[in-house]
Amino acid sequence: MIPELGNFSLTLALALSVMLGALPVIGNYLGIHSWIGFARPAALALAPLVGFSYLCLTVSFLLNDFSVAYVANNSNTRLPLIYKISGVWGGHEGSLLLWVFILSLWTGAVSLFSRGVPAGLGAIVLSVLGMVTAGFSSFTLFTSNPFERLMPAPSEGMDLNPLLQDIGMAMHPPILYMGYVGFSVAFAFAIAALVTGKFDAAWARWTRPWTNIAWMFLTIGIALGSWWAYYELGWGGWWFWDPVENASFMPWLIGTALIHSLAATEKRGVFKAWTVLLAVVAFSLSLLGTFLVRSGVLISVHSFASDPTRGLFILLFLGVVIGGSLLLYAWRAPGIVSHVRFGAASREMAILLNNIIFGILCFAVLLGTLYPLVMDALNLGKISVGPPYFNFVFTIIGFPLALLVGIGALLHWKKDRIRRVSPGILICLVLGLVTSISIPYWLFHPSLGASAGLFAGSMIIFLSLKNLIDRTRPGNRIRAIIGTPKGILGMVVAHLGMGVFVIGVTMTNVYSIERDVRLAPGERYRIGEYHFVFDGTDTISGPNYRAVQGSFRIFRDEEMVARLFPEKRTYLVQKNPMTEAAIDSGLTRDLYIALGEPLSGTTDDNQPWAVRIYYKPFVRWIWLGALVMAIGGLLGAADKRYRRSRAATLPSAQPESGGS
Amino acid sequence: MRTRRKQRFIVVALMLAGVSASVGLTLKALEKNINLFFTPSQVASGDAPGNVNFRVGGMVVVGSVERNPDNLEVTFDLTDTAEAVTVAYSGILPDLFREGQGIVALGSMRGDRFVADQVLAKHDENYMSPEVSEALKAANRDNFATPDPASDHNLTKEPAN
Repeated sequence: MIPELGNFSLTLALALSVMLGALPVIGNYLGIHSWIGFARPAALALAPLVGFSYLCLTVSFLLNDFSVAYVANNSNTRLPLIYKISGVWGGHEGSLLLWVFILSLWTGAVSLFSRGVPAGLGAIVLSVLGMVTAGFSSFTLFTSNPFERLMPAPSEGMDLNPLLQDIGMAMHPPILYMGYVGFSVAFAFAIAALVTGKFDAAWARWTRPWTNIAWMFLTIGIALGSWWAYYELGWGGWWFWDPVENASFMPWLIGTALIHSLAATEKRGVFKAWTVLLAVVAFSLSLLGTFLVRSGVLISVHSFASDPTRGLFILLFLGVVIGGSLLLYAWRAPGIVSHVRFGAASREMAILLNNIIFGILCFAVLLGTLYPLVMDALNLGKISVGPPYFNFVFTIIGFPLALLVGIGALLHWKKDRIRRVSPGILICLVLGLVTSISIPYWLFHPSLGASAGLFAGSMIIFLSLKNLIDRTRPGNRIRAIIGTPKGILGMVVAHLGMGVFVIGVTMTNVYSIERDVRLAPGERYRIGEYHFVFDGTDTISGPNYRAVQGSFRIFRDEEMVARLFPEKRTYLVQKNPMTEAAIDSGLTRDLYIALGEPLSGTTDDNQPWAVRIYYKPFVRWIWLGALVMAIGGLLGAADKRYRRSRAATLPSAQPESGGS
Repeated sequence: MRTRRKQRFIVVALMLAGVSASVGLTLKALEKNINLFFTPSQVASGDAPGNVNFRVGGMVVVGSVERNPDNLEVTFDLTDTAEAVTVAYSGILPDLFREGQGIVALGSMRGDRFVADQVLAKHDENYMSPEVSEALKAANRDNFATPDPASDHNLTKEPAN
């Protein structure tokens, strides 16, 4: 009964979203006010309907209702409670339902919080979101229905994929989807602007906070995925250039470009058509990401399901959304003209360069991700593109970007002089050089790569701090900083996060020590100043698995710094062995141990094992940097000028002429 | 006016040069980092390149896995049922590496052995990577039934040593 209620509720949501997708647009065209007025309440009603459907699936998980095929495939009576809740999105069907649910939340939020937007424009925005909801809920209902019954019902479920039985992976999909799906709002605003032909500063101001929040979630979601892969896949990498990771990274790259170009559009009325295009592309890449992951065209740890009819449906949907919006763009965009001029040294120029660089980076990722698929589809051979390609491109193109970040933020809008900012840059340059040369010498050993990366990262940090100091008066600096407009504070914080991230990546990549060694109980192994002592193994059992647990002590100068217990688990239902790494984490270094395989051929206690022992300096800075970036995005969205009433915001629209 | 136009021209020209250089570098890097896939039959017949990294995939021959008891060196045979190639690897094999299962190795030929930098195993008991299943099909079209490759393509990776 409960699954049928969920199914019914989702069907109602589909019907409502079809109406939401059609009525307000037609009403706007024909001038029927009641149809335009339908948009807000309808958009608000979607979330409870989809939410109820989602709740029904969750209840089916909690009640171990294995007559529901999806529950039978992804749960088990012995599965811990938290993973029964997160198991709802552990497979294909449920994660799509989550997609629709989150989309309905965004739609409801837009309906609630954009009262300042004119009724016509707002109705079209909600209508576009309704169309996307209609597409995804019909996809869920007709090709991937999570409520389908299984006859006869098995007495026990197949259990959740052991890789997903983890807190990081439990949180990763919802947050990532908040980001993915969040770009649908910027997309809807872009389409509404194309339809109505209104591209003023107010339009950019309405779009900005939504884009910031979506970007913040995407940043955290990607970071969580990276963190999860680091400790859960058992070999200590934090980014694999796996197609599914790339699928989430491409919208992030374009979303980052979008945030910057939206700022220029709002403040100066430049790059209007380009900003609209970026909003369309960011969401298209989110859809492409969903297609890549959900259609099964990839070979990857992330592709949990695949089915050709599903692939075809998403491909069609993708074609309609991307093709349709690009056609609309080609038709309407030539009418958007910006007459605003800016100098060669100006914030606009820096943002233009930023957009070019992020565009190239996204192109490089897209190429490396899709090229093997295209070659395979054309029967031109099976190839794969290795991580060295991506690493090379991001190093070469990322370095000038890092230098641009700090300097660009120092420049004034419209027209600035290099001479005005050069003394500050010079000071930071000296500080950056000292940092990048001294730290490798002092803590590690000299390396050109480390110095280059440290220089790039520390320049971002020093220049951003300089920017903050310039904007505040001496005296009570802390209070002055708090009083700074949140938009500026957000920018500085996000840039600082970027600097922390760059330093983390550099130090981890250059100075990590990774050893695969054979260790018998009682033996010890030294990495740098750390001694790892292997004390043997034990057999333990968890709620739904059995495991061999290794016991290690780590010493530094004969003083014990940590005891670690890495595990090799075998889950009772799925039988797959799983490596649970044990990590002693710290701000400047992680010590990482994972059990490889028993070398005597048995998992009896106290046999020699192949063991991975890693020393990872500054690896936490990678995720810390991402977190700081996300906080910056949130601060930017919290700027008080987004909360002013419509009356106060409209007259401040930027004049269309300037410069010449 | 003239100087401003000239200035703008220089800026645009510089940007174009930067973009073309970056795209050129990207394509060059892509070209250098493409790994082709070969079946054990192709390797046996000498189709695979001599000193370039490539991928080879097949089933691990039952009883062929030999571990050196003192270090982490291991050798095993990989077959597409028609031919077999010996793979040498030093390091920890993936969790799902087992005899009789499909795997993919990345590395290069040294003499008549394939020296792997990386061994990838699928992450599900029931299915195998599409490369491996196609290699098996190609080698033995008539009497070898392969599991359904469309249903799951999960792989776990093991890093270079």
